[in-house]
Amino acid sequence: MNSNKILKFLYKHRFLLSRRIVQLSILFLYFAGNAYGWTILKGNLSASLFMETIPFADPYAVLQMFAAGALVSIDVLLGAFLILFFYAVIGGRAFCSWVCPINMVTDLANWIRKKLKLDKDEWQLRFSRKTRYWILGLSLILSFLLAVPAFEFISPISMLHRGVVFGMGLGWAAVLGVFLFELFVTKNGWCGHLCPLGAFYSLATSKSAIRVYHYQPNCTLCMNCKNICPEKQVLPIIGKENGFVISGECINCGRCIEVCNDDALQFAFRYLPPKGKEKMPAEAELN
Amino acid sequence: MEKDTKHGLNRRKFIISSVQAVGLSMIGGLVWGAYVSEDKSSPIVLRPPGALKEEDFVKKCIKCGLCVEACKHRPNNPNPGTATLALGTPGGHKPKKSTPHIYPDKVPIGTPYFVPREVPCYMCQNIPCTVACPTGALEPNKVTSIKNGRKVLDINKAKMGLAVIDMESCIAFWGIQCDACYRACPVIDKALTIEYMKNERTGKHAYLVPVVHSKHCTGCGMCEYACVTEKPSIFVLPIHLAKGKAGSHYVKGWEKKVDVKLKPQTFHKTKKSEKSPEEYLNTEDLFNE
Ligand code: SF4
Ligand code: SF4
Ligand code: SF4
Ligand code: SF4
Repeated sequence: MNSNKILKFLYKHRFLLSRRIVQLSILFLYFAGNAYGWTILKGNLSASLFMETIPFADPYAVLQMFAAGALVSIDVLLGAFLILFFYAVIGGRAFCSWVCPINMVTDLANWIRKKLKLDKDEWQLRFSRKTRYWILGLSLILSFLLAVPAFEFISPISMLHRGVVFGMGLGWAAVLGVFLFELFVTKNGWCGHLCPLGAFYSLATSKSAIRVYHYQPNCTLCMNCKNICPEKQVLPIIGKENGFVISGECINCGRCIEVCNDDALQFAFRYLPPKGKEKMPAEAELN
Repeated sequence: MEKDTKHGLNRRKFIISSVQAVGLSMIGGLVWGAYVSEDKSSPIVLRPPGALKEEDFVKKCIKCGLCVEACKHRPNNPNPGTATLALGTPGGHKPKKSTPHIYPDKVPIGTPYFVPREVPCYMCQNIPCTVACPTGALEPNKVTSIKNGRKVLDINKAKMGLAVIDMESCIAFWGIQCDACYRACPVIDKALTIEYMKNERTGKHAYLVPVVHSKHCTGCGMCEYACVTEKPSIFVLPIHLAKGKAGSHYVKGWEKKVDVKLKPQTFHKTKKSEKSPEEYLNTEDLFNE
């Protein structure tokens, strides 16, 4: 009975737990790269070396370097291409939910938000989720004008990740800022409204293969999914039609899938709707 | 009619929010831009070997820290687990109060630097930091020389900074024997030499004083690290801060190879007088000309 409960809990949090494991392992491997000289992942999320051979680089940082007028080396270009290729073709915006260390900070803020019942409208400063695209554009203009990668100088993501690996300094203040903003000002304020890296991945990976699939006939319109989703606007199809979540803003966290008690959501490959769920039952009967 | 006003209202709203968005972007951009241009300029920061010029360096460095890790885990590290290099953090470098020295109070965020009084650069032969840099912000070609027709890494080519001596606090200039810096220098007798000077105060002793030669000094800071005075009397500064400039109109004429580029002189040739000198002298009234 008890073990059944545990199993059920694990199942209901399968993506959350996997994400935490992946996030923390990646963070730890980078940390160990500097602290103990492990060679699995060296460097940090801006650029790194995997197994002493394969370069990785943050494609958005490289884009800023282009804007700043830097001639980027082949190593870094290749690294940025590999990362971009993986997310654009396969993973979608999975960086945000499976790798980015800020995700743990903002998830914590949102969890507390719920516990403290701050989830009401008076604790919500509303502004457009499109703001992030303005910031993305602005970062490139500033990179050009100042001849340095401009977001890399203020990014709380890098400050946190670099901080854990190489030493924090006052970087925790920026992270605390993000936390408080998410907690008291706007729900999903950073990741869902402001972050230009998220905006970059939203634009670059909207055609990726792994997508959430909705099977409408099973949907009971409980709206658990929309309540938990950090990017609600990507779920217009819920209860309306079968289909993939096609917006690039979906971060592939799988939370909607976990909270759905009616098997109406699952991960699937784009253009390959899961077997038996391609069509509405009514249509199936007609054929 | 009603539809029209609604349409107009929507358009008004759209225009207003667009203008607001542009305005907010400009405010944000100004603050952001001001912060970045303030942060990216830090005059007294010392960079790893092979670093590009500062303005190119901050453009190219992706802040990955691979140089720091290479420095920390180099096989010949005398203090395993510590690194010469560190990445700049928000809030800048925090020195110990008990050991006063020169340090950058602010380092462009995420970029590598070192503070010689704390940990100098040991001038590794194989320059692991430069080689590790994926972006070319640290450029192996800047620390390379040609040996037997082949390019080889040459740490002696590094120009991380230049050591400067405060002759007033250096005790060798007081007449006390000290050559700690000289002995510590990895480019001993080239970058740092000991020179004799007569001690006029006693009349019978010599001063043995350290002298830095910028041609060979790499800026590693071993001297600064070794200096015995409370605050180091020899210390590394970025070259542009350490050096003066005489200007091109001062020329060391006594040095053999100086390439004196004088303006080509123009001589005025007056035509030689056709008259003989006697004639000339006799006919002209020299005094009342
Ligand atoms: S050359 Fe200097 S900075 Fe580079 S790895 Fe060696 S000690 Fe560190
Ligand atoms: S390895 Fe190169 S790009 Fe990375 S932090 Fe060092 S200087 Fe910057
Ligand atoms: S004079 Fe000092 S900084 Fe220059 S090479 Fe010698 S020890 Fe290094
Ligand atoms: S170690 Fe310091 S005090 Fe001694 S000679 Fe060198 S600079 Fe002067």
